[in-house]
Amino acid sequence: MNSDKITKAVLFASSFVILLIAGGMIFSLAGGAIPAIKAFGLKFIWANTWNPTEGQENYGALPFIAGTILTSIAALLISLPLSFSASLFLGEYFRGTRLARILGTMVDLLAGIPSIVYGLWGFYVLRPMLIAVGLPNQGFGIFTASIILAIMIIPYATSLSTEIITMVPGELKEAAYSLGATRTEVIFSVIVPSARSGIVAGYILSFGRALGETMAVTMLIGNANKIPDSFFGTGNTMASVIANQFGEADGLKLSSLIAIGLLLFLMTGVINSLGKFIIKKMG
Amino acid sequence: MNENTVKIKDPVLSIRNLSVSYEKGKYAVNDVSADIKRNAVTAIMGPSGCGKSTMLRAINRMHELYENIETKGTLIMNGKDITHMPTIQLRRMAGMVFQRPNPFPTMSIYDNVVAGYKLNGIRMKRSERDDIVERSLRDVTLWDEVKDNLHRKGTFLSGGQQQRLCIARALAFDPEVILLDEPTSALDPVATAKIEDLLVKLKENYSILMVTHNMAQAARISDYSMFMYLGELVEYDKTKDMFTNPRDRRTEEYLTGKFG
Repeated sequence: MNSDKITKAVLFASSFVILLIAGGMIFSLAGGAIPAIKAFGLKFIWANTWNPTEGQENYGALPFIAGTILTSIAALLISLPLSFSASLFLGEYFRGTRLARILGTMVDLLAGIPSIVYGLWGFYVLRPMLIAVGLPNQGFGIFTASIILAIMIIPYATSLSTEIITMVPGELKEAAYSLGATRTEVIFSVIVPSARSGIVAGYILSFGRALGETMAVTMLIGNANKIPDSFFGTGNTMASVIANQFGEADGLKLSSLIAIGLLLFLMTGVINSLGKFIIKKMG
Repeated sequence: MNENTVKIKDPVLSIRNLSVSYEKGKYAVNDVSADIKRNAVTAIMGPSGCGKSTMLRAINRMHELYENIETKGTLIMNGKDITHMPTIQLRRMAGMVFQRPNPFPTMSIYDNVVAGYKLNGIRMKRSERDDIVERSLRDVTLWDEVKDNLHRKGTFLSGGQQQRLCIARALAFDPEVILLDEPTSALDPVATAKIEDLLVKLKENYSILMVTHNMAQAARISDYSMFMYLGELVEYDKTKDMFTNPRDRRTEEYLTGKFG
């Protein structure tokens, strides 16, 4: 065999292994979820119940879907003004300056902090602060989890938006300046509209990250298996209920957790493809 | 004013002792003085790096977008000192067209023409705006080609049409001078010829100052020509005089293709 053939064979084999792992995961998730799907059908998705009492076992994913979507949207809304400003700061206003380099490094640093460290900080620093301003439930709940999630997703939206904003051609900015536009007018009438779809894609991708974020959320959300009754109340997310309960689960409960895992996998898959599709479409 | 500079009566723009440096002690434009003829096409020629674009951009102060620029000298437009005029006001009086067509891709053709008004947040009646759009597009002979697609994005237009749209955008403010920075260097010969015809026509109502690296273009359409070399204005004369009888040896060498 010549070296070209060997290279080709090795590359093929490695790629095939990755494909096999990904396919196997989906397959085993789906397989594990079968008992729950058989027992509850599609109703599982919108059933608002989580009853592990023996003999009356009845599971539905709605409380967790609701908690997941609620925290993720709230996190997105909280992080949006910060990451939008930061990306304009980095990509346009202070582009190439020392100040931008320092801020850029800090943003990257945020992305590198492990989830458990965010959780710890949220538990011991953020929560007491929120208790002090009167948050109920010992400071646990949707609101607290959303704030931590918001901080965690800031770097993703910021770095992608910054990249897109940096790519807006200088010629367009010059054209606007030559028409007597001020810097603010150039930013909001030329740069932001030109970078719009990339900025939106950045937020969609960071929303996808928020959906699946587990550890920090689990430590702060209160882990109540019900649809949250208020934004400041406790709840649970799909990722968190799995993390909390898989250890002592078996049978139908385990299968239901796996079904939730499968749903989460599909949700993040759709969101990520949507984000990538938008990026690809704008070339 | 050196002896190789033509005298102009009632100039639209007077440049006095203009110097621009990017680095301390290094001048991209070095003590240039010239008067620009009203209702005429004036070409600025010279080899790459001679400072012609910098000089053009110093007029509407676009060069201030870059850091560490130092500018000296005086600019007088229609007898009024504009050296320290706010750039917002100044740039409406001195419209600019760039090397590559750069219409705003997120805006319709209509919005591109009135982009200056929109960017500056100037409110006006619909009919007024319609008039400006039609007049500007007619001025650049683009009206008939786009009048049925005014509200489509300009990105489907050809390069030459896009450049004419950019000229229309500069005309919308009814500027005192139009500054063009090698406006045809990214266009094919047919589109170039159209823009050249257009500039000749536009001088009836506007004063045009154009940087070009293309001597033949300067000879074809300009009434007056400047030759710049190493930041210096070497010679400034009626185009036909300069091309037939250059006064400076460097101008002659440039025009005969010895360098550039």
